[in-house]
Amino acid sequence: MASETLYDLKAISKKFTRGKETITIFESLDLQIKKGDFVAIMGPSGSGKTTLLNMLGGVDQPSGGEILFDGKRVDNLGEGDLARWRANNIGFIFQFYNLMPMLNAARNVELPLLLTKLNKKQRNQFVETALTLVGLADRAKHMPGEMSGGQQQRVAIARAIVSDPKLILCDEPTGDLDRTTADEILEMLQILNRDHGKTIVMVTHDPRAAKYAGRTLHLDKGAFVEREAEIV
Amino acid sequence: MTDLYLIYKNMTRKPLRLFLTCFAIFIAFLLYGAVTALKGALDSGVEMSADDRLVVVNRINFTNPLPISYVQKIRSVEGVEKVTFQNWFGGYYQDPKQQVVTFAAEPESYLDVYPELLVEPEQRQNWLRDRQGLLVGKAIAEQFGWKVGDKIPLNSNIFSHKDGGQTWDFNISGIYTGEDEQMDTRSAVFHYQYFRETNSWNTDSVGWIGLTTKDPALNEQVAKRIDEMFANSSAETDTSTEKAFNKAFIEQIGNIGLIIFGVVFMAFFTILVLVGNTMALAVRERTGEIAVLKTLGFNASRIFRMVLAESMLVTLLGGLAGLGTAYLLIEGAKAAMARFLPGLVMTPEIAVQAVGYMLALGLITGLLPAFKAMRLNLATAFARG
Repeated sequence: MASETLYDLKAISKKFTRGKETITIFESLDLQIKKGDFVAIMGPSGSGKTTLLNMLGGVDQPSGGEILFDGKRVDNLGEGDLARWRANNIGFIFQFYNLMPMLNAARNVELPLLLTKLNKKQRNQFVETALTLVGLADRAKHMPGEMSGGQQQRVAIARAIVSDPKLILCDEPTGDLDRTTADEILEMLQILNRDHGKTIVMVTHDPRAAKYAGRTLHLDKGAFVEREAEIV
Repeated sequence: MTDLYLIYKNMTRKPLRLFLTCFAIFIAFLLYGAVTALKGALDSGVEMSADDRLVVVNRINFTNPLPISYVQKIRSVEGVEKVTFQNWFGGYYQDPKQQVVTFAAEPESYLDVYPELLVEPEQRQNWLRDRQGLLVGKAIAEQFGWKVGDKIPLNSNIFSHKDGGQTWDFNISGIYTGEDEQMDTRSAVFHYQYFRETNSWNTDSVGWIGLTTKDPALNEQVAKRIDEMFANSSAETDTSTEKAFNKAFIEQIGNIGLIIFGVVFMAFFTILVLVGNTMALAVRERTGEIAVLKTLGFNASRIFRMVLAESMLVTLLGGLAGLGTAYLLIEGAKAAMARFLPGLVMTPEIAVQAVGYMLALGLITGLLPAFKAMRLNLATAFARG
């Protein structure tokens, strides 16, 4: 299983038009991510890390090339199909957690399950399992505003894994956290990858964070410079 | 958790803003409910006018009298079925402040031309037989506690007796009710003959003549024939349908319809701007959250429905509270206003129409923000942070 390709990006390009000027982010970029990989993408600001992550998550679409997910093209899906595909396959973790401030932890975690056919009881069981996994079962009724940054990010991780997606995409997941909390979060991601077989793609500025990944890709001037990272 | 729960949580996340928005909508629908019911009360006389009934008045003004001889002449006009006549008495009971809308009329023909006045057969006979008999409406009888058989004095602030007094004695012969709840039953009618014999002046004239035609399709022709018959006489006539006559009478105090339209339009326009702005602001503030929902897999149409539903719920919340309060106010004021506005009632039609306006307002104010939320570009939204 570990050798099977989950993502196959073939000659993808991304261009923006600003006024009369065309800005090229990538030109003919190739990338393969295997099932079970934990990939860190690093690079200087403006190198296109987040744009790439957005394209992997179907949040943004390439200007050219193909993106295959589990052998099927996803770059040409319509908005509705893309939304369904995201709901079924991907969990997202953001730098600033992006929890709904008016919902408690349990209800935030439940959000992706509203897109499934699970009944209320089943949804509650899934939510409880996810919160237990991130060590926040006792904070289920707490509102985001009543929790620390690390706790909020753990709720966000629970939200990302509650529907058991194949892939977790993380955009600077520790960018807003102190070192100790960041390490806790990264360890949690590592457990999800190692023990639960989740494929993880993480964009980060932090070389220490990248060390938790099995593979680090350096994006610079529209091309990858790949080197194996030391696993912590 | 359901979508409705999410909508509710979004709606109530800023309670003060929700309260102020709902309060504005509340005021608008309170106004709408109250003024529409008021208009309904004012129009009820017009609405209940028979289609085949015409009113003949003096062309100069309806307060100028017509010669009583016109009644016979009109009876002979082709297409005319039944004719009656009335004269304004200007009555009050004991105190000039206790006005009683009183007419002197020809009893038998009066009841023939106005069959919507329901009188018990025995009381009808009593009234027809008794020259001093007074037929009173249920509302006025209840107001003064009058019963059949009571002897009461009524004063006129216009006419006087031949002996100089202004008080007429009457026997309450019957109490009439209306076919419809909104029908005005605050008037009293007595024999024209009694009025004519005792009145010191103007004894050969009547205030106006009411008639029915054989077919409502003949109304226009009959009206034309009557007016032509009295053209170039000392008292030219103006014949119109009862509906047009009543409408013109009400509009003496102003174009009620236009006033109400103005009030409602201003109120609704204010809401439109206010709620539209509030919804647009709310959606703009939640751009990041909407982007997250879309990223999680909520599709565009679901987001659209959620924002639209929120806007409609806000208008329904404020609107129903306003309409409910208007209903309670009207119900509370009904008894006190019965004398002036017997038809003051919030009809189911008004309520249904108001709910329709609430939904329309919710739709209009929510449409643009919902569309913007639906079309939200995720990459741009996340780039904006």
